[in-house]
Amino acid sequence: MDEIKNIESTSRRTFLQASAAAGGGLLLGVYLPGSVAEAKAASETYHPNVWVHIGEDNTITLLSARSEMGQGPYTSGPMLIAEELNVDLAKVKVKIAPPDTKAYGNALLGGAQLTGGSTSVRDGWEKLRVGGAQVREMLIAAAAKKWNVDASTLKAKDGVVTGPGGKKATYGQLAAAASQLPVPTNVTLKEPKDWIVIGKGLKRLDTPAKVSGKAVFGIDVSRPGMVYAALEQCPVIGGTVKSFNATAAKAMPGVIDVVQISDGVAVVADTFWHAKTAREAVSVQWDEGPGAALDDKAMLEGIRTGSASDTVIPLKAVGDPDAIINGASKVVRAEYLQPLLSHSPMEPMNFTAHWHDGKLALIGPIQWQDAPVGVISKALNIPPESITLETTFIGGGFGRRIDFDYAIQAAQIAKAVNKPVKLIWTREDDMTHDFYRPQSVHRLAAALGDDGKPTAMTFRMMSQSVTGRVFGLPVAVQDPLMIEAALAPYEIAATKHDIVKHEAGLRVGYWRSVSHALNCFANESFIDELAAAAKKDPYEYRMAMLQNKPRFANVLKLAAEKAGWGKPLPEGHYHGIALMEGYDTILAEVAEVSMKGFTPVVHKVTVAVDAGRLVNPNIAEQQIEGGVIFGLTAALYSEINVKNGRVVQNNFGQYKMVRMNTSPEIQTFFVNSTEKPGGLGEPSTSLVAPALANAIFAATGKRARQLPFSPENLAAA
Amino acid sequence: MSTRFVLNGKPVAVNAEPDTPLLWALRDNLGMIGTKFGCGEKFCGACTVHLDGVAVRSCQTAVSEVEGRRVRTIEGLSADNSHPLQKAWIAHDVPQCGYCQSGQLMSAAALLEKNKNPSDADIDAAMRGNICRCGTYNRIRAAIKSAAAEMRKA
Repeated sequence: MDEIKNIESTSRRTFLQASAAAGGGLLLGVYLPGSVAEAKAASETYHPNVWVHIGEDNTITLLSARSEMGQGPYTSGPMLIAEELNVDLAKVKVKIAPPDTKAYGNALLGGAQLTGGSTSVRDGWEKLRVGGAQVREMLIAAAAKKWNVDASTLKAKDGVVTGPGGKKATYGQLAAAASQLPVPTNVTLKEPKDWIVIGKGLKRLDTPAKVSGKAVFGIDVSRPGMVYAALEQCPVIGGTVKSFNATAAKAMPGVIDVVQISDGVAVVADTFWHAKTAREAVSVQWDEGPGAALDDKAMLEGIRTGSASDTVIPLKAVGDPDAIINGASKVVRAEYLQPLLSHSPMEPMNFTAHWHDGKLALIGPIQWQDAPVGVISKALNIPPESITLETTFIGGGFGRRIDFDYAIQAAQIAKAVNKPVKLIWTREDDMTHDFYRPQSVHRLAAALGDDGKPTAMTFRMMSQSVTGRVFGLPVAVQDPLMIEAALAPYEIAATKHDIVKHEAGLRVGYWRSVSHALNCFANESFIDELAAAAKKDPYEYRMAMLQNKPRFANVLKLAAEKAGWGKPLPEGHYHGIALMEGYDTILAEVAEVSMKGFTPVVHKVTVAVDAGRLVNPNIAEQQIEGGVIFGLTAALYSEINVKNGRVVQNNFGQYKMVRMNTSPEIQTFFVNSTEKPGGLGEPSTSLVAPALANAIFAATGKRARQLPFSPENLAAA
Repeated sequence: MSTRFVLNGKPVAVNAEPDTPLLWALRDNLGMIGTKFGCGEKFCGACTVHLDGVAVRSCQTAVSEVEGRRVRTIEGLSADNSHPLQKAWIAHDVPQCGYCQSGQLMSAAALLEKNKNPSDADIDAAMRGNICRCGTYNRIRAAIKSAAAEMRKA
């Protein structure tokens, strides 16, 4: 545990430096309380810091630094503010913050104003509570001054400051006076025993709008005079326009213009249907570029065999495991293969842009607020100050909307047609122009002692660096997102872990739980293989190596107990178990599976989670369940193929999803903990594939080392 | 090219080519944004609406097919989240990103119009056409059962 922590913090520093060095407007995020001058500039709105606003009408508004894409920051953020302001959650409204790196940067993501890495609660845990407490203390100070009494005699609760002799003033009545006071630098946060909001399974604030059809997602944005765009992009990602003929398209109903931009040819029309229909009439000659030769099978083989340009970066080495393995009588070796995956959020990529009077207004669903401003400023050759960006509700992100190619495209189209324009991708566009989860190959080896326990282990992960592309991380520098969950918690005397960066040629992106999923599949499958080789129960085998890891042991035990590990199961049902730490959360999953020929049927997934303190157990449970389904879809079905540079799958007919009828029962159990909150949006995704692989092994005696667990792959196992 | 139909109880007219999908006529011509575009190919159910009381995918329903018929969208389920399903969705806090939920609710509403006591198999059959990428299926199932129980009482 300590070792893992140390390595993570070292790599995080590397990441910070690299991000800053890469430029792109990224600064290290520090919490800057707003100045008095800023408060004055905000005129009638109390503005003691950049997070909380109190209006004279008594409304309390949190400016959320994080995008709402289902993971709950529009509820958990307000909860942290409400707690310190001593008000009901219902009293706090939420608005999305504008791009402002200094104010809203994410300290856990190199300071970028970015929603990802299961950080919303972890990053907000201190600063939102401090922000709320600052506001509370300033309201009390304003009342103390007004009534000429000692601040210690006053209480702020339920939107009212009360004092001796029945004195009363609402937060709104005190807001203007409070805004003239200095922002306190040392505030005392409430004791956990006094919490009235944190830890309660409160209902999400965004649910009513999401069941009435009124919630505005990016695709729902409307501006006066708005027109619609459909974009023809090269079927080979990275290809460029050689020439195009739009004569027929321009004559079609509703078509306003056809314009070429960096990524293709856009048809602009009065409705999306007109734009989409006319797009089909545009003929484009492409320069397909080097991507035209790509083939996913060859790419995977390239990663397996390696190339001269590969970079091997050691992660951790203890002792001489190679010597032990070479001299051992009992050795286990295994190789694990994982395919390209698409994000496929339910809301296809879209963005609205309006170029007018030298200003560019951008509105849409996006996970990263500050970087697009700099990039679009350069792409359009306009000053960054002329750009505003407003984030809408996001119909699923999962990492796809960290990239913002569609926002650049919308901006380019808007500048060309001088009208507010909403660019909408079709599902086919979305699936064939993703930033895919990279393929990976893992090679693991271990020597077993006489007692069956591993005496040495080596681990090599070979994959493509996403961080190189997104943040410009130098090739020679360890990618902190490739090492995630590479170091398993088990105590083994001699180990060697390294990472191989291989450029496979297709653009890759961060995909929910990133390399936790890749590395955990290898590690947790392999430990199961070792247990089988040692003829030990997979749960007991793990437990024996966790004697000094109480949090891990506790979670593993809880999952096993709740799932009924070792107890009789229905005829033909089998269990598989897996354990991991990710995003400061430790969790274990048990999958209950039966087989219909070579098709696994997942009946139940039991999850035990130690995520420290839970700000909202209701949302925490949602995230664990959602992550399990996301991981299950990937494990059972998902694989993106590339032929002649073209992505083969283009809609949900070929890229299958878990649905109501294939959705297992999911039971989640949280450990009561006083540790700092861990991240919850992603980790449960990672454990599904190994838990399932281990259950398939229990059922069939076959080891599924290649994802997905399709009948074809299982038949070949 | 004007198509007339009854939308959520009120007569409307849409000026769109007859082969325009109802989805885009609702969204772009009538400004009814609650019905969502997900796949355009009937795979995901995000665009589900009722046509004469039956759940259909509006992305594959030409506007000419609805001439003179009754169309109900999420906005017509209730004006104030008072439909038993909306109440149950709130009670179970079903949505995460929320994008697919209009379609989920419309599929569930069509099910409960016919069957006030659906079994798990009935729910599977009625809801398997609706994808939720956030994985809210278990809460959807529980909410449908709660709403059905509420409707049986009424």
